[in-house]
Amino acid sequence: MIVAGCDVGSLSTKVVIMKDGEIISHHIVETGFKPDLAAKNAMDGALSKANLSIDEVGYCVSTGDGGKNVSFAGKYVSQLPCLSKGSYFFVPSVRTVVDVGGNASRAISVGKEGRVLGYRLNDKCAAGGGRFFDTLAEALEVKLDDLGPLSQQSKSPLEIASQCTVFAESEVISLLNDGKDIVDIIAGVNQSIASRIASLAMNVGVKEDVVMTGGVAKNIGVVKSLEGWLRVGIKTVPADPQIVGAVGASLLARKELQES
Amino acid sequence: MIVAGCDVGSLTAEAVIMGDEEILSSEIIGVRPKPEQSAQDVMDKALEKAHLALENIDYCISTGYGRERIPFARDNISEISCHGKGAHWLIPSVKTVIDVGGQDCKVIRVDAAGKLQNFIMNDKCAAGTGRFLEVMAKTLEVRLDEIGPLSLLARNPVVITSVCSIYAQTEVAASIAQGADQHDLAAGITRAMAERVKSLVTRVGMEEDVVITGGVAKNTGVVKSLEGMLRVSTKRFTVDPQIVGALGAALFSKEKLLQK
Repeated sequence: MIVAGCDVGSLSTKVVIMKDGEIISHHIVETGFKPDLAAKNAMDGALSKANLSIDEVGYCVSTGDGGKNVSFAGKYVSQLPCLSKGSYFFVPSVRTVVDVGGNASRAISVGKEGRVLGYRLNDKCAAGGGRFFDTLAEALEVKLDDLGPLSQQSKSPLEIASQCTVFAESEVISLLNDGKDIVDIIAGVNQSIASRIASLAMNVGVKEDVVMTGGVAKNIGVVKSLEGWLRVGIKTVPADPQIVGAVGASLLARKELQES
Repeated sequence: MIVAGCDVGSLTAEAVIMGDEEILSSEIIGVRPKPEQSAQDVMDKALEKAHLALENIDYCISTGYGRERIPFARDNISEISCHGKGAHWLIPSVKTVIDVGGQDCKVIRVDAAGKLQNFIMNDKCAAGTGRFLEVMAKTLEVRLDEIGPLSLLARNPVVITSVCSIYAQTEVAASIAQGADQHDLAAGITRAMAERVKSLVTRVGMEEDVVITGGVAKNTGVVKSLEGMLRVSTKRFTVDPQIVGALGAALFSKEKLLQK
């Protein structure tokens, strides 16, 4: 039984293909301004990696901000159950999922078999989501992927006083102009976002095990800083943390097929 | 008696020189890297216009974001009091002063004597401040002062749903990609801006007469939107609305001298 999950996020679109309960391929593309096209491209990429054609996919569930109009999906499901099921697939002991994506961050309280018990969401303010990093990495002229490793070299992280992404951007530029060490600035940026994610997580209630998903989970600086704020160890999934929602969607696709 | 007020803000600096009852000269400049530099430059220009030297000034008070670092100021007073004072001197019937600056927005309530009664301020979030308009002008690829006039020619203003400047920027960029009309976008931007300011006004309460000070008061689009939303027509100054803070500081200087 071949199924697929398609997660159309604000910044990136992910497709996961599963066969008999195992992931056989995944593909990630940038969403851009045409979510339906991004979904198609991500699907084509994942199909070609698995040497399959779309006709061989028994069912596809879509999710994500832009996932409502995916032509090849049989059903749309919100991100929360997808993230929760996906995390449960990788870490069955999961009780809390912290997902930090491009335009939103979520903390989900997870019950039996990956069921959603409660959640908190921030999609109103860019501070606390991946967009905060995109903006600041650009201002600092550092690659997004380097923010984590560079922050680990810092001995005395600077405090970023501004919460607003726009104001924080000016703040880091003036810190740079004042001759402050860039690794200390980056460490400060990571701590600042981690503190906002932490308050979201504490709001929903933190129970171990805590799993972090979404693109920002690739930033080791944020993960470590969040561990400090929450005083718990954070588990990451043994796969790209960006695909967890799509994995959950494909698990739900499997369930649809089994029940039909 | 010759007194002066110097207002060093986040984006511009203003100086006002006053005689016994009248404004002798005023000047506005873009800020330099350091507040003391901005203050010196703007004061030099104002002095030159009035054919005076710094020695001729009997008393000078500074205000604004950089007010504590102005070497020639004998004293400093918060911009909230100064805006109230300046607005009251220009329009004695004023009860509500809406000051929209480069990096913050304040709504100030004054009594019949121009004394501060209450105020509310947003300096945490760029939405509803001049910075929002700056970010949007950049996205639209127009000058900051073009947004107002462009917005007045709109037929179907684009609705911007995001409050966050960063997310609103993405929304506008997506609308541009979809071929939205520039005038409609400009009107969407001025409305979004006015919406934020309105929410602050509502929180502190409004009483007529109402005036708008600060650089954004020159944006006809924002002023018209805000007037529509508040169902009020604001009083216009006979001087540049950006100098009201510096004028208030000059008036406080005069009071200080008279007390002696």
